[in-house]
Parts: sequence; structure tokens; C-alpha cells
Amino acid sequence: MTESPSWLGRRVPRNEDARLLTGRALFVDDVNPPGTLHVAFFRSDHAHALIRGIELGTARRRPGVVAAYTAADLGEFWQPGQLLVAPVPVEGAVFHAVTQGPLARGKVCCAGEALAMVVAESRYLAEDALADIQVDLEPLPAVGDLEAALAPGAPVIHQGLGGNLAARARQRKGDYEAARAAAHRVIARRFRYDRGVSGAIENRGIVAAWDPRAEELTVWDTTQAPIPIRNGLARVLGLRESQVRVIAPFIGGGFGPKIMMHYPEELLVPWAARRLGATVKWIEDRQESFFATTQERLQIHDAELAVAADGKILGVRDRFLHDTGAYDPYGLTIPINTQCTLLGLYDVPCYDSEFTVVFTNRPIVTPVRGAGRQHGVFVMERLLDFAARELGLDPVEIRRRNLLTPDRFPHDHGILFQDSAPLIYDSGNYAPLLERAAERVEYQRFKRETQPAARAGGRRLGIGIVSYVEGTGIGPYEGARVTIEPSGTVRVATGVGTQGQGHFTTFAQIVAEVLGVEVGRVEVVTGDTREFGWGSGTFASRGIVVAGTACHEAACRVRAKAVALAAEILGVAAEEVELASAGARVRGAPQRRIGLGELARRANPLRGAVRPGTEPGLEATAYFGPDRGSTAAGVHAMVVEVDPETALVAIRRYVVVHDCGRVINPAIVDGQIQGGVAHGIGNAFYEALAWDENGQLLNASFMDYLLPTALDVPTVEIVHLETPSPLNPLGVKGVGEAGAIPTAAAFAQAVEDALAGTGLEILEAPLSPNRLFELLQALPGAAR
Amino acid sequence: MPGVSLADTHPVVVTVNGVPRERAVEPRLLLSDFLRHELGLTGTHVGCEHGVCGACTVLLDGEAVRACLLFAVQTDGHEVTTVEGLAEGEDLHPLQAAFREAHGLQCGFCTPGVLMTLVPFLAEHPAPTEADIREALSGHLCRCTGYAGMVEAVKLAARAAGHP
Repeated sequence: MTESPSWLGRRVPRNEDARLLTGRALFVDDVNPPGTLHVAFFRSDHAHALIRGIELGTARRRPGVVAAYTAADLGEFWQPGQLLVAPVPVEGAVFHAVTQGPLARGKVCCAGEALAMVVAESRYLAEDALADIQVDLEPLPAVGDLEAALAPGAPVIHQGLGGNLAARARQRKGDYEAARAAAHRVIARRFRYDRGVSGAIENRGIVAAWDPRAEELTVWDTTQAPIPIRNGLARVLGLRESQVRVIAPFIGGGFGPKIMMHYPEELLVPWAARRLGATVKWIEDRQESFFATTQERLQIHDAELAVAADGKILGVRDRFLHDTGAYDPYGLTIPINTQCTLLGLYDVPCYDSEFTVVFTNRPIVTPVRGAGRQHGVFVMERLLDFAARELGLDPVEIRRRNLLTPDRFPHDHGILFQDSAPLIYDSGNYAPLLERAAERVEYQRFKRETQPAARAGGRRLGIGIVSYVEGTGIGPYEGARVTIEPSGTVRVATGVGTQGQGHFTTFAQIVAEVLGVEVGRVEVVTGDTREFGWGSGTFASRGIVVAGTACHEAACRVRAKAVALAAEILGVAAEEVELASAGARVRGAPQRRIGLGELARRANPLRGAVRPGTEPGLEATAYFGPDRGSTAAGVHAMVVEVDPETALVAIRRYVVVHDCGRVINPAIVDGQIQGGVAHGIGNAFYEALAWDENGQLLNASFMDYLLPTALDVPTVEIVHLETPSPLNPLGVKGVGEAGAIPTAAAFAQAVEDALAGTGLEILEAPLSPNRLFELLQALPGAAR
Repeated sequence: MPGVSLADTHPVVVTVNGVPRERAVEPRLLLSDFLRHELGLTGTHVGCEHGVCGACTVLLDGEAVRACLLFAVQTDGHEVTTVEGLAEGEDLHPLQAAFREAHGLQCGFCTPGVLMTLVPFLAEHPAPTEADIREALSGHLCRCTGYAGMVEAVKLAARAAGHP
């Protein structure tokens, strides 16, 4: 349509960068109107305790303190939080919903649960006042171990349930018992897969301003989902949705937990703003975030793989425990993701998977980048590795033999995914992912030459190659409004929040392509409910798929309006008009043109009439709601070097061959993968939350909880293959979580390979140099 | 100390981005809070307040320091440069331009601190190796980028300054 090369698939520098690089971008903590009051929370040191009393009198009398509240002061505002995600309707599933109230009442169920809220003239004063608060807590035994939590006689966290079972669900296809009976080998292991914090560098925060004249509440919130936050606040505060404006400005990383609507603080700060008729602000500190921001954690799998003599998968059986923490507001999303993603790129004819979700006295578990997919991939990939070893097959070969072939798509796995829709892979071409990865990492040569040569020289190199799928781009829907302004600038408004994914650029590329303008002339607004009030949010790697498609559709409608008007003005048929170089022109006669800005002016006349059946302006709104998600896939390969004396592991190479359908901006997609891999490396080797027997977190700081640094994360070699999704007109699939999903599985295979001959089996993640050393010491014949 | 209250204020005269600023502040006020809340220079970000993440890095007399580990009163008589002091009007600093070019940032929250470490680093190491660059970046935590774009950006900035 345009003479210039397509905007799609180009490494366009980002529209948002200048603001971010110069310090002009607005983050929530930058909102600081004069007279703002500041909040600090008094949080429980105990993980499990009865609340006997809370004394706020001294705190209230401290100069500079404006108010202090406990649950008792909230009156009818105190309600248990809403269930965020309805449980997936798996037949026979059990689900006990228990959600958190805004301030603990009666008992404390995890360390860090807020007991009281102080509002003061400065944050310093509010924190001073926390020292004035006296609480009388009667500690109870804390529940942390998943198996012990379910044992008879375990302390019960939520009395009404009579036990700590939160949920149980089983999904099956085929006849696993028959597959097992027919198997050449059955590989059975127990796996422990733990995860940690999301670790966004910007902590959570919320600023709420009540304007008593306009009777409007404005809330700046570090949320991935501003529209549901607005809707919920309106409901609990008794306001109309139109009276509440929620703005998610620039957000300093999301990774899942910032969608957790509504956190207690997200309810309490706006409530206090309205009650006090003031602007009220709370910014989480880093230590708080380790307790008060949701995280992911442990699953324990007892899994087995039934294989034929040629390595073909006959079936998989899995029973796993999932730690949901003290409450389970996010339904079954994470364990369902685990259950579904375990199947991977493989043809698994029989599957029998049951999970049990357990309440513990630990912070709440909700999705963190990957959202349970890691756990499933780790289990499946490890089982394949052990099967390959038993059958004398190469790890690449056993995978090659089990990949779904292109004629199997769309592929219905016969179970339900997190969006309650059937788990159907829309499209895929998996063999090239594996072959390209093996080629790029020089797998054969490594095994044949590099590794033996290194070994001969006393160095232990190992290689790992694993695969994964990522279900992305689920519904319900997103929308976008595209407007051509008289200035010629194109404005796009959409409801999703943005936390660094580059939406200001990728959405602009999609719209620029349709309207024939420069990407820099397309201004994208996201995450302000007053700009766009319909939608659900940024999660599940769905931004480009769902909101991006809505942008595309809205732009197409605007193009139709612009073309119709231009045809009339230029006196030609609409088919003869094309949009290019920021104008409409006659095909083959580019000098007969009218600029888009001029068209926008003409579309909004001050005299004359807008004809019946037409609308003023060059503007359109569109929505996109996919029936189900699109499935991305990839293969990761890594080369590591292990020092067997110290158990230190260095990553020498990291290759990702990835297919997320059509790529809009390769630089941004590469960035998502590279960043995801970094998160995955943290999960594989550095990041572990350490709890004591009382449910107290022992490493709640960045000194003690280690995020990978530039010295730990290599530059990933990334190859894109493109199998378009048939589910949307752009052919895109999501990519946000891909990099983080299979890293620990690749790491485990590579480390075992480096230490081949020792009999080491890695059945857990994360490792650490220390833990790996322990595992090596425990091997039979370890003489070190 | 007898007679000294946390609420007592002390005068601070500090030159920030070339502009002399004078305020009376509590002795416990962090430099990061002083810059952000007293002076409205919110480009300096706060990520951990215990000196690990590096998001609050600024220059104190030309050297990179963590603004969350200093009190505002300690800067009395000194010069502070923040990220707002890098660009010349609408023209990005060459390092800022390189970060944009090489996709060295995503959410952008850690970026101002990273830039403030790299400005003096590049002045001292005009032709850094990749290992030098990674060492320099290792005092910063970034959760989005996986650092590769940052490393590339520093190489690009060094090349742009005529050091291949």
C-alpha cells in the first residue's frame, strides 16, 4: 500500500524512549501534589497468629499523624477481596476460595499481612508512628511444608475449611494405565520446582486524590490492569465508574504481580483519600514487597513417563502439590498452566494429571512471568532426559521423535486451559525449531569435539537443549480507539497497561502501517481509564495479540473513513485512493493528494451537514476478543562450564530459536526473550526465597535475594521462525513470558551433561552453587 | 545527643545540574528523597533503598553514588548531577541516544541510574571491552532487559565517540 517498506517486522526505535531516558516519564511515585498525605503499614512479624489487640492511641497522638486505622475502623468497607479468576470448570474439581481482607481481622495468615494503616504528613512521620503501635499477637504454629500441611493434625489456617486443601483438579485423556502396561520403560521421579519474587525494580505504589467539588476520585496505580481496578473501586466505594479515573502511567516492570487486583493497599489508599478528602499516597518499600507483593513458589511433582523402546511417548502421569500461600484469589490459573504446559511440543496420547493446591502461612501466590508453565516444562523435559539416558538415545533425538508434526494442527489436547477454553494449539511447526537450535549451538560438533577436548584439558563443559510452548493471547477482549487529528498526528488509545513491553511503538507500527504515516507520528496512550475505559489488562502475554489486533481493526476502520472522504474530495472512486506519506492520494497520480490532517479537518465541518449514516471525524473504536489463545513455541540451548570443585556454573552460550508468529518489532521481541531468559537464569541458579520453620522469610532484601546481574546473563543468540497464528489478522502470538519458561530445564540438562559420569540427577530448581555442591557431595563415591 | 531532634532542620546549599539550590532539611532526609520530593527531580528512581539496585545513582562531584545511601545534608557545598542534567534541551546525550538505538531499556525504571554510572565510566574507559562494560553494569539490577541491549548501547556510544 505504501511505497516505503512495511513498518511491520522492522527494528523501529521506540517512541517512548526519549521520555524514559531523560527522566521525564511519569511513574506513580513521581505524583506528588502539594498537601499529599503519606501512608505506612504496620505488618505482622508472625506468619500465623491470633490478633488479641492492636493499640493505635499513641500513634494517633504523634504530631504529624492524621489518622490510623485497624480492620475494626473500616466498618462495612471491610470485605474479603474478590476472587479474581473464576476456577477453570474442570469436571469434579474442588475449589475453596479464601481471599484476603484489606487489613487482618481476627488472625494473621502470613508474615507481612497488614494489621494497621497510618496516614501522616510525610512518609518519615508515618514510619515513625509505626513504632508507636502496640500489638498483642498470639502465635500459632506455622504451616510451610506442603505435605505436612495436608497431614492429619496439621494446624488449620482457615478454620471453616477444616484443613489446608485449597483445590484439587484432575484432567485426563486417553488411558494412561493401558499405556503404562504397554510401556518398554516407565521413568518415575519426584521433582521440586520453586520460584521466587517478580522483582520489578519499581515497587508497587498508589496515589489517590479525592476532589470533593467534582466528586471524582483519581488514582495513579502501578497496576497492569487499570480498568478492572477502576471498576472494583467504584463498586466498593459506592461510586459510579465514571466518577473514578485510574491511571497506570509508566510502570517500572510488572511481571504478573502488578495485576493482582485488588491488593489491600489498592483499596485502602483510595478509601482513605475519600474519607479524608485529601490526596493520599503509599509507596511500597523493597522489604515490604518481599511479603506484600504476590510471588510464585513451590510445586512438588510425582511424575512418570511411559515410553516405548524407540523413545516414543506413550503417556504421562503426574500428581503434584502447589503452594498457593495464605489465600487463593487467582483461582486455578497457575496449576492449570502447569498441567497444560507440561505437554509441550509433544505428541502425548495419554495423560493423567491431578494437582492439589495447598494453603500455607506464606505470602499469596499469583502468576509471575511464566505463571506455572516453568514447572510443567521442567518436569516433562527432565523425564525425557532420563528416558533418553535409559534408552541410550541422544536428548535431541528423543525430542525429535516425539514432536507434533505440522499436519496435526490445530491440535486439540483434550483438556482445558487457564482461560477455561479447550487447550488447542492454533498453529506450529516444531521440527525446525529443534533443528535450528541444534545447528546454531553446534550440538553435534560440541558433543563430538568441543566437550571431549575440554574434558581432556580438565574442563567440564555441558550442553542442554529443551523445548517449551507458551499459551498466549487469551481473551476476554481488548479495544482501541484510533483518531486522526487535524494536526495530522494519529492518536491511539487502548486500555491495557504498559510496563516496558514497547506498546507505544508496536501499536504505533500496526496503526502506521494501515494509515500510511510515520511511526513517530502515532501517539499511543495506554492505561488511563478516562482515555479508554473498556478492557481487562496486560497479562498472559496478550498485549500484542489482543490489544494489537484491536488497534489494527480500529485503524482499518479509520482508513475506510479517510479513503471514502478523500475519494469524494478528489472526485475518484474509493478503490482509486491509497493512503501513503501521511496523506490520501489517487493511485498512479500521487500529485492528486490531500493530507491526513486536512482530511481530519474536513471530516469535522463547522458548517454544512454530516450526512445520515456517517460520523464526524476520522475516528473509530474496535474490539478484539479471541475465542482462545494462540500458542507460541521455542527451543532453548545452552552451554555451561561447571567447576566441579566449587560447583560454580558459568553460562558460555545461550541460543533461543523462537516462534511467536509474525514479529512486529524484532528488537522488542528479542528484548522480551533476552529479559525472560535473565529471569529464567535467576530462577535456575540464583533466586530462592529462604523460609524458617515459623514462616519467616530470611532473605527479604536484594542483598540476600540475588537477582542476576550483567555478569551472570550472557547475550542470547536469538533466531526467529514465523508460523502465523490463524486466530488474528496480524498472525501474531505473544512473547512476554517465553524466555523465562524453559531456562531451568536447559540448565539442569547442561549441568548434568557437564558432570556426566558422576551419576548426578538434578530433580529440583532453583539450584545454587551451594546446593549443587551438596548434591555432588551426596553422590555415591563422592571422594571430594 | 541532647537537644537535637530529628525534626530540626539544617541548611543545605547544593548545586544540582548546574543550578544552586538552598533548602532547610531534616538531617535524616535521604538525598534520593531530597532530589525527588524537595526539588521535584523525579528522574532519579528509588528501587531498594539499601544500595543494591542502583536505580538512584547520581553524580556527586562527578562520581557515581547511590542517592539512597546519602543524606541530603552530606551534599552541602557539593555538586550533584542527575539524569535530568544529561540531555541538552531536546538533544539526547550520546549515551541516551545509544540506549534508544540499541534497545537498552524496557520499562525504563532502572535506566536513569544506569546512565549515571556509565557517564563517568565512559569518561574513564573510552574504549571499554565487553568485560569492562559488564563489570560496570554489575552494580545495577535490571529485571526487564537481561542487560544485552545495555552492553550493546555502551559499545555503540563508545564507537560514536570515535573509539571502536
